[in-house]
Amino acid sequence: MTSPSSPSSPPSPPSPPDKSTATPDALGGGPRRRPRPVRRGGGRGAPLPLLLPALIGLAFLIVPLIALLVRTPWRSLPEQLTSAEVWQALQLSLICATAATGVSLVIGVPLAWLLARVEFPGRGLVRALVTLPLVLPPVVGGVALLMALGRGGIVGQWLDDWFGITLPFTTAGVIVAEAFVAMPFLVISVEGTLRAADPRYEEAATTLGASRFTAFRRVTLPLIAPGIAAGAVLAWARALGEFGATITFAGNFPGRTQTMPLAVYLALQSDPEAAIALSLVLLAVSIAVLAGLRDRWMTAG
Amino acid sequence: MSESHNAAAAPGSPGSEEGLDARLLVERGTFRLDVALRVAPGEVVALLGPNGAGKTTALRALAGLTPLSGGHMRLDGAELDRTPTESRPVGVVFQDYLLFPHLTALDNVAFGPRCHGATKAEARVRAAEWLDRMGLAEHAGAKPRRLSGGQAQRVALARALATGPRLLLLDEPLAALDARTRLEVRAQLRRHLADFEAVAVLVTHDPLDAMVLADRLVVVEDGRIVQEGGPSHIARHPRTDYIAQLVGLNLYQGRADGHTVRLDAGPHITTTEALTGPVFVAFPPSAVTLHRDRPTGSSARNLWHGRVTGLETHGDQIRADLTGELPLAADLTTVAAAELDLHPGSEVWATVKATQTHAYPV
Amino acid sequence: MMTRTARRTRRTVRVVATGAAALLALSACSSSATSDPSASAASSDEISGPVTVFAAASLKESFTTLGKRFEEEHPGAKVTFSFGGSDSLAASITGGAPADVFASASPRTMAIVTDAGDASGTPATFVRNQLEIATLPGNPDRISSLADLTRSGLKVVLCDEEVPCGAAARKALEASGLKLTPVSYEQDVNAALTKVELKEADAAVVYKTDVKAAGDKVEGVDFPESSEAINDYPIVALKEAPNAGAAKAFIELVRSAEGQKVLTGDGFLQP
Repeated sequence: MTSPSSPSSPPSPPSPPDKSTATPDALGGGPRRRPRPVRRGGGRGAPLPLLLPALIGLAFLIVPLIALLVRTPWRSLPEQLTSAEVWQALQLSLICATAATGVSLVIGVPLAWLLARVEFPGRGLVRALVTLPLVLPPVVGGVALLMALGRGGIVGQWLDDWFGITLPFTTAGVIVAEAFVAMPFLVISVEGTLRAADPRYEEAATTLGASRFTAFRRVTLPLIAPGIAAGAVLAWARALGEFGATITFAGNFPGRTQTMPLAVYLALQSDPEAAIALSLVLLAVSIAVLAGLRDRWMTAG
Repeated sequence: MSESHNAAAAPGSPGSEEGLDARLLVERGTFRLDVALRVAPGEVVALLGPNGAGKTTALRALAGLTPLSGGHMRLDGAELDRTPTESRPVGVVFQDYLLFPHLTALDNVAFGPRCHGATKAEARVRAAEWLDRMGLAEHAGAKPRRLSGGQAQRVALARALATGPRLLLLDEPLAALDARTRLEVRAQLRRHLADFEAVAVLVTHDPLDAMVLADRLVVVEDGRIVQEGGPSHIARHPRTDYIAQLVGLNLYQGRADGHTVRLDAGPHITTTEALTGPVFVAFPPSAVTLHRDRPTGSSARNLWHGRVTGLETHGDQIRADLTGELPLAADLTTVAAAELDLHPGSEVWATVKATQTHAYPV
Repeated sequence: MMTRTARRTRRTVRVVATGAAALLALSACSSSATSDPSASAASSDEISGPVTVFAAASLKESFTTLGKRFEEEHPGAKVTFSFGGSDSLAASITGGAPADVFASASPRTMAIVTDAGDASGTPATFVRNQLEIATLPGNPDRISSLADLTRSGLKVVLCDEEVPCGAAARKALEASGLKLTPVSYEQDVNAALTKVELKEADAAVVYKTDVKAAGDKVEGVDFPESSEAINDYPIVALKEAPNAGAAKAFIELVRSAEGQKVLTGDGFLQP
């Protein structure tokens, strides 16, 4: 890089830079040749009308988190965090979010495949319905779940009568509520990846004797793995922070249905310091997990 | 209409059970494909035609990837019309190969045998054999993105052959390659196709690929077969402008009366053959001689006045396109072009000896 | 900072609303902190403009009725309510939300506001609320006492202890020496009641007023231990009230015989 260019650069500068700097020079007049390339280099790709809102956006997202850190009662923090209830809530949160992600994967990936690959009447409507939980206030989602899967719900009463299963007020209910809210993220992400993936790979697989399911399992699934991973991470994060649907559908009982967000909300009623401490734990755990997954999954693709 | 000019590889006679016997009818919107194909085992047939002619649709129909609207398909006597793709004894080499990017070359080739019930170990042994035969043994562990175009093409071929198909389909097998690799791979592919004992159908828009690789050409235009036969026959007797252009001939249609063919539009051409009735007349661009002034002492019976509309370098030749009494293409050397001082718009006289023309019945 | 903003808002409102009465506005301004009787007397004839009332969720029915009465009595006045959990409302007020009146469901939540120095004067208890058991319509589980709730197989929801109805329920349970494990500690009294309304829970311990407001979707069961945990509802005008005169007048209406009639009609007890 150095040896060929440095001896040749003194005599030749006019020729290569001439083309690239012709316009700025013409605009700015001759003598300021030096600082121009420097400025061009520094501001490349970041014009002010974009940079400024971008930085405001960044601050908007970051400052509240910093505020949380600033206002954290560091002195009482160890005491807050060592309480059995906190660990119980955290453990429950992680278990339920992971289980909800698992449920979403098992039924959400096939659903995404259906939406992306099978033509059927009303597909647009079905897709809209799938995304509905994204815009539905989670509390409404919780009420809807109660009406469907509650003890007196249209499906729930049969579950109760035939199998003696009632979901509200149980850990399974938490998983159901979280999956309901989180699954659309996964479905949308996976469907997008599937649409972008070349369906002819599946055709190639069938010409080799693979059934449509084998083609999906052995060809499509590995091809869209990065999209599934991204969707699963989104769903997991959404499930971990889920509050409204959970408290509405599954209620709030320590160790059984009280996840971290519920604990945070209720602590906020009387003890904001405890709430901040709990939030901090949730924040740290999710950052750790997301960062870990990012290294392992995202960059692998 | 399809006279067979390749007696040796006469496609399955009516009673024969061996090989492919298909009539492919596919209707999609305004497009209609109607192609009848009979291919004997060991024969390589090329579907040749311009883009959008329906060649790939025909291939997909044979593979079961596009459903037939009508017609039938029999392979070695077995009805395949309603057989799903995965149950057809076909192998497909796709235009851009579609090697599974997450699998190694070996696992790509082993995929088919695995789906046909082989154990993982068996499938891999068979895949390794195929890669070896393709001269790719040392690339067995490579992922497709690490393979060159030619290597990927051979892996795709090995993958298609590893299931032991009775019908091998190749969609533009050389289109994805650069010119130099193409030359090399074309020769290899020719060898592998010659070794293949079952039916092979390839689709291409490149006449050279078709002529080198196939025993018989089926020319498809607008969803219909316009001509079929051996490569040399087609090259000498084109029946449409498309084929004539492909094989580089000037082609005209007219009515013959003895040695004179009166063209449907324009002048007449004197030919060697004495025919009567509707005929095609063809002559190569190299048979045309151009003159700046009307030749006086020329023995040529065919003399037309025209104007140069375009000049194009063609190897060490120059191809001149003429309009006038008889639109035609003429090839001449660069020296001749310079002496004539040719440029678009030049007025010239073109002569063609009757012995250089070739007339045949429509 | 908040103070200055609030004052500026108030001034703007005043100038726009009553233009000519700027002097009066200023005097109301300076007197709001000390609630000077002469100032309030003067303003009682001149009640107008917007008045914002932060009130506990359980007061929704009664206060909405009273708000309409207030607007009838004082044309030109406009009452805006913010109903919610007493804790969140208290937190909003100490956080600087512009409000004129705060009516809380418990002295503890009121203390949050008074301790922060945001109240003007001493809070007054204007009603009391008593707990009641809400059961499914027709009381199919034949619940007749607090002790019945401890029966196994019965799904009972309580309010979380962090919110007033939960704290009151715990007090009642402790007083009667009962140990009750609910299926859920709900985040507020409405959530608890909803669970019974939707038949997900068999019973909930909520306020009498809530049972009454729910109509025939639930059935109320009185229990004697509820007298051990009667909730006082305090009300106060706020120090930074943008419309101090109207605030005072609204509190007067709530505490008047007319106001008490509305409140007791909805199930509240007189203090």
